[in-house]
Amino acid sequence: MISALKATPQRRGVLALWLLAVLFAFLPLRVALAADTAPPAADPVAEKRLLKLSEELRCLVCQNQNIADSHAELAEDLRREIRGMIQAGKSDKEIIDFMVARYGDFVLYRPPVKATTILLWAGPLLLMVFGMVALIRYLRQRNLRVVDDAPLSDADAQRAEALLNEAKNP
Amino acid sequence: MNKYFWILGGFAALVVLLAVGLGLNPRDVPSPLVGKPAPAFTLPVLAAPDRSFGPKDMQGKVWLLNVWSSWCVSCRQEHPVLVQFAKNASVPLVGLNYKEVRGDAEFDMSKIPAAEEKRLAIGRANQWLGQHGNPYTLSVLDLDGRVGIDYGVYGVPETYVIDKAGTIRMKHTGPISPDVLAGKILPLLAELAK
Repeated sequence: MISALKATPQRRGVLALWLLAVLFAFLPLRVALAADTAPPAADPVAEKRLLKLSEELRCLVCQNQNIADSHAELAEDLRREIRGMIQAGKSDKEIIDFMVARYGDFVLYRPPVKATTILLWAGPLLLMVFGMVALIRYLRQRNLRVVDDAPLSDADAQRAEALLNEAKNP
Repeated sequence: MNKYFWILGGFAALVVLLAVGLGLNPRDVPSPLVGKPAPAFTLPVLAAPDRSFGPKDMQGKVWLLNVWSSWCVSCRQEHPVLVQFAKNASVPLVGLNYKEVRGDAEFDMSKIPAAEEKRLAIGRANQWLGQHGNPYTLSVLDLDGRVGIDYGVYGVPETYVIDKAGTIRMKHTGPISPDVLAGKILPLLAELAK
């Protein structure tokens, strides 16, 4: 690109033409891809359900994405499967159960509360309670320490007052 | 001193927890299918596509189902282990050829008609087995991956151990290493054979 910046105006024109040509060469491909993955507009309600369901489901290939976001092939297959089940009149629960039966609770972004997932659900709460207790204990100890401090002796108090007065009216 | 002990102790506990978490394999998702009946299917046999095969044909036998494909890189890694296993295997090893054509990004499926996909899949699968050896008693073709979904396949290769009653007893995701074979699969097979 650096050499392109140094190029003469004519050369720049040629470069621009090339860039345009390349852009247009890719244009039909992009349109074709979008058409492939575009939902059938016939039933927007079903598509909305598909989107909602697939946002709840984890893609097992790329584990930190849901099925709605993922471009992995398995996610595409599963979206197709969900679409088919919606068309067949299955309820959301039936569709989620279908996925859990095959891929386990791991497929759910909101796993059910069970013996195996209890730490997952209760862990943050436990940590918070632990933190609160620690904080309260610390604050109490500090308060005690402040109260416990020996009061100023009379001489010290007089000296402090004198210093403060001095500061106020120099 | 006591205060620092608690802080250090808490930190050490956190480190241990995270270290254990990092050591786990996130791909190792426990399959809900273990302990459940192997999902039924009827798929064409690779060597004789007009014949079909299903798990019910294996009733009363302990068998292995191995999911593979010619485009699957890790399958190449585990293949010698399977070939070696098949040489003195006591149980049938069935291959589930998973999305042979449409799983390969090389193909634009909108340009390949259904009949052509099957023909292509058979050609490619056979060529691959010819090249690397065929450990399978038979292989079946799951062209669209529909059976793969029923088995909860998410990363090829995967291997299932199915007992005489048709129940899945074990699932292994990823290539089978000699260690996994000797340490997990063979002992289970010996136990199931009783």
